[in-house]
Amino acid sequence: MADLHFELVTPEKQVLSEDVYMVVVPGSEGEMGIMAGHAPVMTTIKDNAELAVYRSAGATPEKIRVSGGFAEVGDNGLTVLAESAGE
Amino acid sequence: MASLKALKLRIGSVKSTQKITKALNMVAAAKLRRATQLALAARPYSTRMAEVVGSLASRVTPGPQSPALLAGTGKDDTHLIIVVTGDRGLAGAFNTNIVRNVRRKADELRAQGKTVLFYIVGRKGKPVLQRLFPKSIIAEFDTSQSRNPTYEEARAIAKDITDRFAADGVDVVHLAYAMFRSTLVQEPVIDQIIPIAPSSAPEAANDSAKAGVAPAAVEYEPDEEEILTDLLPRNIAVQIYRALLENNAGFYGSQMTAMDNATRNAGDMINRLSIQYNRQRQAAITTELVEIISGAEAL
Repeated sequence: MADLHFELVTPEKQVLSEDVYMVVVPGSEGEMGIMAGHAPVMTTIKDNAELAVYRSAGATPEKIRVSGGFAEVGDNGLTVLAESAGE
Repeated sequence: MASLKALKLRIGSVKSTQKITKALNMVAAAKLRRATQLALAARPYSTRMAEVVGSLASRVTPGPQSPALLAGTGKDDTHLIIVVTGDRGLAGAFNTNIVRNVRRKADELRAQGKTVLFYIVGRKGKPVLQRLFPKSIIAEFDTSQSRNPTYEEARAIAKDITDRFAADGVDVVHLAYAMFRSTLVQEPVIDQIIPIAPSSAPEAANDSAKAGVAPAAVEYEPDEEEILTDLLPRNIAVQIYRALLENNAGFYGSQMTAMDNATRNAGDMINRLSIQYNRQRQAAITTELVEIISGAEAL
């Protein structure tokens, strides 16, 4: 299965833009794991929650703390717009 | 005809002016690089944000319950213009251009019988606007303490604006700044930020139609309205942040060009004055010689 294109953007800069296996997004109405081919969704993200980025299947996730953002899944992958993002 | 001494002084003063403009030119060039980087780095976020808000806005039919930031107050009697200028001068026509653009817009709106108010960001916009439109400036935001605009500042301005929007009976908010096209070109623009300009929504809808995305296929969590309420204030902060950065980059670009010109003009002036000085010196020597020779002949 093709990889998911994941972009993390803050007002200051583009933090990440790469192909990953799965990202767990802490949506305000519940966490969701997003993999390639996910149906288009848009959700706000819980404040001060952690994104978990799985580079490949079964790998240890990389946690990225984000605040004040929202996630959008479209044809070209997952885009997370956050006001601030720190590892 | 100026005396030799006066000319010499004049050359000296032009030379020290040139030193200053040259130094400012180099400082602006260094700052420009950083400012451009920041402005370019912020573009992806604000473009994405505008896209998302645009497509959301086109999907929500404005009703009485929908957020005022989206639908407006239903009137357009009072216009607030956020004027973003530089904090310093010596940047050519940069600040003047922004203010002139604002003035044109304000005159236009007044001719239609609307009330125009100003919110000033940056020091250089205030004096002129205060003279032209006394009592129309409702507030100002001081950015002179920070070297590069930060998102925090933008958020503070946005909060101030949205509070005023709710309280002061402002119906439409515009944002006036200079778009950074290149070092040489800064284009003064005025964008409508509240309510979302009607033109941006259909455009975004067209974009998604072009991309072949069926608008109904996107799932929203929570629903559109709630996302919008969350997003709209943030969108305003982002647009202001972008304006601040573009403005900052444009300012240094303009300053660099202006100072480059000034340095060159000072150089030309020094050349001209030196030639004049040397001619006069030579004329004085010749006169002196003629006097000595004719004196010797008379003996």
